[in-house]
Amino acid sequence: MKQRLKTAILLGPGLGWLALLMVVPCALIFTYSVFERGVYGGIDYTFTLENFRRAADPLFLGIFLQSAKIAGLATLIAILIAYPAAFAITRAPRRWQTALLILVILPFWSNYLIRTYAWIVMLNREGLINNGLAAIGVIEEPLPLLYNTFAVVVGLVYNYTPFVVLAIYASLNRINRETIEASEDLGAPGWVTFRRVIVPQTVPGIAAGGVFVFVLSIGNFITPDLLGGGRLQMVGNLIYDQFLSARDWPFGATLSMFLIALMMILLFAQAMVARRAAREAAR
Amino acid sequence: MARRMNPGLKLHLGLFFGFLYIPVLVLMVLSFNRAGLPTVWTGFSLEWYGKLFSDEPILSAARNTLIVALVSTALATVIGTLLAVGVETRRSSPFLDAILFAPMIIPDIVLAIALLSFYTAISLTLGLHSIILSHVVFNIAFVVAVVRTRMRHFDHSVLEASADLGASEFTTFRRVLLPAIAPGVIAGALLSFTLSVDEFIIAFFTAGAGQSSTTLPMQIYSMIRFGVTPEINAMATIVMLVSFTLVLMAQRADRRVFTQ
Repeated sequence: MKQRLKTAILLGPGLGWLALLMVVPCALIFTYSVFERGVYGGIDYTFTLENFRRAADPLFLGIFLQSAKIAGLATLIAILIAYPAAFAITRAPRRWQTALLILVILPFWSNYLIRTYAWIVMLNREGLINNGLAAIGVIEEPLPLLYNTFAVVVGLVYNYTPFVVLAIYASLNRINRETIEASEDLGAPGWVTFRRVIVPQTVPGIAAGGVFVFVLSIGNFITPDLLGGGRLQMVGNLIYDQFLSARDWPFGATLSMFLIALMMILLFAQAMVARRAAREAAR
Repeated sequence: MARRMNPGLKLHLGLFFGFLYIPVLVLMVLSFNRAGLPTVWTGFSLEWYGKLFSDEPILSAARNTLIVALVSTALATVIGTLLAVGVETRRSSPFLDAILFAPMIIPDIVLAIALLSFYTAISLTLGLHSIILSHVVFNIAFVVAVVRTRMRHFDHSVLEASADLGASEFTTFRRVLLPAIAPGVIAGALLSFTLSVDEFIIAFFTAGAGQSSTTLPMQIYSMIRFGVTPEINAMATIVMLVSFTLVLMAQRADRRVFTQ
């Protein structure tokens, strides 16, 4: 009895809050996806599967694929930048490592809008990059760096790479050092040891970082909105529009269901990778 | 792996830090630019900071942000700490872990529309209070994560010792457990304050119409859409410095907070 009371006091408020303001709202938009839109926005409670048919329409499917392509590209570049950076940090003197990691993570915890805005300042026609390149005579006309796919990918990579560095650093730190020594003792060149011994052991870190970037990129709204200049539609903007401009809540709800489903599949896959790695390490 | 870093790696790390910090530094430098030009340096001036502090909509947005962040942090810190203690002192459950992890990974646009739909369905009037209710959701998750890490590095046998010596559950919690996890609680509170100050999309959807519930990020968003101005640079500089300070304070409070 006393134990029960204790559990209720400790878990009750938190789980209650999350149930009421996360689980119920998400369940609510799940149910919205099978209803029709009201004439003046809102919901008309007539059962329909029309929203799902519409979501599979080539127009919206195209936007989904385009978002996946951009998110995939951002993920790939983020991993390519983050891996050597994380590797370099593990090679730094011990007492510097924490400081370096904090330097990596610091921008990540600051305002997302401002970090994105900083790239408007960097990439515009009069921005640092265009003015810099013009000053050293590389270009005569400013390059169109802003309001396109390039700018969106740069923004996503900039915002999410720090997390990937952290994830990969953590898994590099967990590597069994004896395996590296064994590989070196057996005469493997540094590159081979890296590719055949180190990288395979860090797959869980790469997967964790990659899934994170991909999920947050594909559902992103701010970056395509500000750096894509409204010309580039991604799933996040599409959902935003359904709720705030088109006022078609059921369709917006359907689209976010797709997003959540995709997210769950990826998280599940990542959990499987982590589990397999843990089992192999135990062997 | 305390071996020498080869020059290629060193260069890569240097470039990476340049990539991370140059855009931020450019913003900060340009906030002191005299002319209204966003990118061409014409001399030092504090004019834009002065403008910022006499701009009534910005000041009112800053006040709103402060209210939202303070109240949601206070709620999330208490609720999240209890939750973390509860979860760590019982058998681990993958289901619970998933629920507690969800707010951190769920796309914010999805949580935003879900909450807006929910508030509309229960006919809740929107305003600062609905932003606060919403912010507590993700703030709880971060407090829980930080405090749980702290709990795991804590010797649980001390709790049994305290009970054996006749201390009540409540006394043990207050006199033994709480002091031990306090650094995590403080770090978690500082992080959730930072998150709340910076959060835009969920606030934007759950604020309702009108200036009376506009937060600073909402104000920044509409200014950015309007164009690049030195005034945004000045505000961005202040907001960035505040976040940096809070995050460094969190790291000082609990050294494991980012490198668990």
